[in-house]
Amino acid sequence: MAVAATLPHALAPARNRQRLIESLSGSAFAFPAFLLLVLTNLVPLVVLLYLSFTDFELGALDSHFLGLDNFRKALVDPVFRRSLANTFVYVAIVLPGSVGLGLLIAVLLHRRKRTRSFYEVVYFLPVTSTLIAMATVWQFILHPRLGPVNGVLRAMGFGETPFLSEPAYVLPTLAAIGIWQLVGFNMVLFLAGLSAIPRDLYEAAEIDGCRSGIDRFLTITWPLLGPTTMFVIVTTSITAFKVFDTVAVMTRGGPMGSSEVLLYAIYLEGYQYFHMGYAAALTLIFLAFVLVFSVAQTLVLERRVHY
Amino acid sequence: MATPTALHTQTGARPITPLAALLRRALSLLVVHAILITGAVFILLPFVWMLITSIKSPSEIFAVDFSLWPKRFSGGENYGRALTTAPLLRFAFNGVIVCAGILLVQVLVAVPCAYALAKLRFPGRATLLALVLLALCIPIQVPALPLYMGLAELGLLNTYFAIMMPFFLSVFAIFLFRQFFKSYPDEIIHAARLDGMSEFEIVWRIVVPSAWPAIAAFSVFSIVAHWNDLYWPLIVISDTSLATPPLGMMFFADAETGSNYGALTAAATVLTAPLVIAFLIARRRFIEGITMTGIK
Amino acid sequence: MASVALRSVSKSFSGTPVLSGIDLDVADGEFLTLVGASGCGKSTLIRIIAGLEPQTSGSVEIGGASVDHLRPHERHVAMVFQSYALYPHMRVFANMALPLVMSRLRLFERLPVLRLLSMRRRRIMADISREVHSIARQLQIEALLDRRPSQLSGGQRQRVALGRAMVRQPAAFLMDEPLSNLDAKLRVHMRTELAELHARLGATFIYVTHDQVEAMTMSDRVAMMDNGTILQLGRPQDLYARPANLRVAQFIGTPAINLVPARTSASSSVELFGAELPIHVSRPIGSQLTLGIRPEAVTPAPFGAMRSGLHALHGRLRRSENLGAEHILHVDLIGPASGTITCSTSGDPESLVDAARNLTLLFAPAACHVFDADGTRVVDADVNAVSAAPQPYVRAV
Repeated sequence: MAVAATLPHALAPARNRQRLIESLSGSAFAFPAFLLLVLTNLVPLVVLLYLSFTDFELGALDSHFLGLDNFRKALVDPVFRRSLANTFVYVAIVLPGSVGLGLLIAVLLHRRKRTRSFYEVVYFLPVTSTLIAMATVWQFILHPRLGPVNGVLRAMGFGETPFLSEPAYVLPTLAAIGIWQLVGFNMVLFLAGLSAIPRDLYEAAEIDGCRSGIDRFLTITWPLLGPTTMFVIVTTSITAFKVFDTVAVMTRGGPMGSSEVLLYAIYLEGYQYFHMGYAAALTLIFLAFVLVFSVAQTLVLERRVHY
Repeated sequence: MATPTALHTQTGARPITPLAALLRRALSLLVVHAILITGAVFILLPFVWMLITSIKSPSEIFAVDFSLWPKRFSGGENYGRALTTAPLLRFAFNGVIVCAGILLVQVLVAVPCAYALAKLRFPGRATLLALVLLALCIPIQVPALPLYMGLAELGLLNTYFAIMMPFFLSVFAIFLFRQFFKSYPDEIIHAARLDGMSEFEIVWRIVVPSAWPAIAAFSVFSIVAHWNDLYWPLIVISDTSLATPPLGMMFFADAETGSNYGALTAAATVLTAPLVIAFLIARRRFIEGITMTGIK
Repeated sequence: MASVALRSVSKSFSGTPVLSGIDLDVADGEFLTLVGASGCGKSTLIRIIAGLEPQTSGSVEIGGASVDHLRPHERHVAMVFQSYALYPHMRVFANMALPLVMSRLRLFERLPVLRLLSMRRRRIMADISREVHSIARQLQIEALLDRRPSQLSGGQRQRVALGRAMVRQPAAFLMDEPLSNLDAKLRVHMRTELAELHARLGATFIYVTHDQVEAMTMSDRVAMMDNGTILQLGRPQDLYARPANLRVAQFIGTPAINLVPARTSASSSVELFGAELPIHVSRPIGSQLTLGIRPEAVTPAPFGAMRSGLHALHGRLRRSENLGAEHILHVDLIGPASGTITCSTSGDPESLVDAARNLTLLFAPAACHVFDADGTRVVDADVNAVSAAPQPYVRAV
């Protein structure tokens, strides 16, 4: 408002009027969003908080105040602990798998000129596909008798591997499908990060003696990809932590709960068993974990690693 | 100054012949493409298998010795079966309604709010910004429970509104657009004000057209996310006629459990196709969208 | 250090020729500058010497041996980039030590954890540290060794880039417009430093720039390039005093040379605006010529003044730029002549012009450069000996 500042004093009311208009418009513009924010985020959070201190069940006649009992129960509940463990195992496999593979593919693709477009499209396809539909297909592919994977294994002399019905195999299998879905996404992010590295750094390194790809990668690529890598790690871990679709469609938490992940456990408690109070407590624990990851993400982005 | 040979012998490296250089290059290219192709096979396997199975007959699917290519073309049967047994087109239609509805409201709500946060001073601005940043960290699965209970109370389950409602506010859109609007030159806005334009007109007539890339990128992001969303529709919808594609697929898979893989994969193809085709057509936009939302 | 030779080097990018048949011999210890406007191919040429780009045809020799099949680091050249290309995530010490680390340590000795296993590494790193410190001392950046490039000023970064090059003790130093990113004052200072560095090291320097002042002041020899070919190769004073080509004459010298159209007269002399100059040219009668006179070779005089042995052109003073030590006059020619002549003088032009701002410009025919219709210098044999013409000199900007 530099113009307003130079106006003679007599025109000060005009300046105030402008401020008033700005104030009113701003509030009006922001109001719908604010209303929705309250309705869809804040009020639910408060309700969750309240619920988590009760033993409310949908359709129950009364409910009691439990204090922190729900949380205490969760900490010792074997089902909950198992779901937490399952989720962490899943993340522990998907994270290095999809980040590492995404990085590898991006590094390999970065220098290609003619084939790059083709591979980009191919690797990105799973990101756009409907996971449920593809999960059904995966179910068929991994079928012990009918699926091609087992067909190949049989031909090679191994026995049939029940990927989805053997407790020890089910989480890694789901994780593999999770990696399948995320590789393309991470690849695109890494490609963007790679193209931000100035080309003459590589040339200087080559003159200085970086002969092989490994040298180039360790000396230049990896250090300068730092911020991108952090970002990819954080977003991938949050996405992996929220795994639900494949479990709901392919295994429903089975066999015997060995693939029951956190969100699925919450889903069961809240929408199948209608233990609202307990589910609310579990949701808050879930939120706590996600917040920790998200805060890390915000910190990384704000830091903007500058060398 | 030491002669070049001193450096030379310290590593023991011999100068390479042109032939060796060429061979080395060829070998590395071979390795690179071998890795890329192996990965591509892993990625494409479900798509290819899905398409092929959807045109095979049941007898071939269940045959012990499988062949890659169907001996008898049963595409018509499978797709026909899928389309009649389950209202696949209905699911796709629901997907379109839901995604379009969500996107429309998201943009209508987020654009003015983002503009206000970026350019206007109004009471409570800082608080709102803090709330927006906080809400960025809250995934839909958290408020889902109370929202479900509320909708149940109001008797609004099993409606389009129920599916769309939690997503009307996209804090991500607000954040993204705000970044964009912040870099919009103030002088143009001042000039428009001097010309007598109302703030409302300024937003929609002047600022928004220049933010088109960001809006397009966000639209891609939103459509992909909501077309493929399972969690929320699963919670609020039990009526098949309102199912979105993922939910519809789940219903259909339930009904056909263990039997008709041909029809199953045909259904999967029909439901996956729209987005994949859209992606193939608008590749640049998709990838730009992801990159822009990733690297702000 | 070694000599560098280019034999018929040509380069095309997807069919578009960028370099055509470059032949160049750089002697051991020479400072050779490749100068020319943007797009003339000089950067491409230096990158070909470094091995960063392969040439389409022709060969590069370093130290007498062909290096065409050698990768950049095997050629033992060091390059200073326009943007310095310092590794932003490494401290200055690591930046300068990198070439030595790469060449002396084996792969596993460089890997993060495994390197602790090597005894040899400790000893080699101590040697490297000594060398880096010694060079840092020479460049007066020893105090900066612990800093990151982002914490350095432009001039400091430049020295680090130089240090990284020096540490390799290369056969040749290749420099791609290293001073372009510095401000004017710093550029002047670094010019001197680089020239002194060259004298001290006695190494072969191949230097690329678009700034003709740098080319003139620092080099032993200059190769002026245009459109992928070398227009002239010679000592700076040769390019100034005897430009082989119109484009060379235009590029070298500040202010730029004055060019006026002329013709070959009936007696095979230069005919300028109807008057004959005592310069013999062996070109067909009536053919187009271009006469070039450097501003510093033109003496302004009061209107109508004449001096024996000097040719006179008359004009009106349109504008005079006062640089303090000298004035640059822009004079519109009058009479049968047309065009504008730039002239420089240390005197006050106001004392020379009359009421109508007319004055006369005098110059010696011997100080003229004659070019034919193609722009090639016409080498003449019958020009009078150098008369009382003002001494030409290179102006420092």
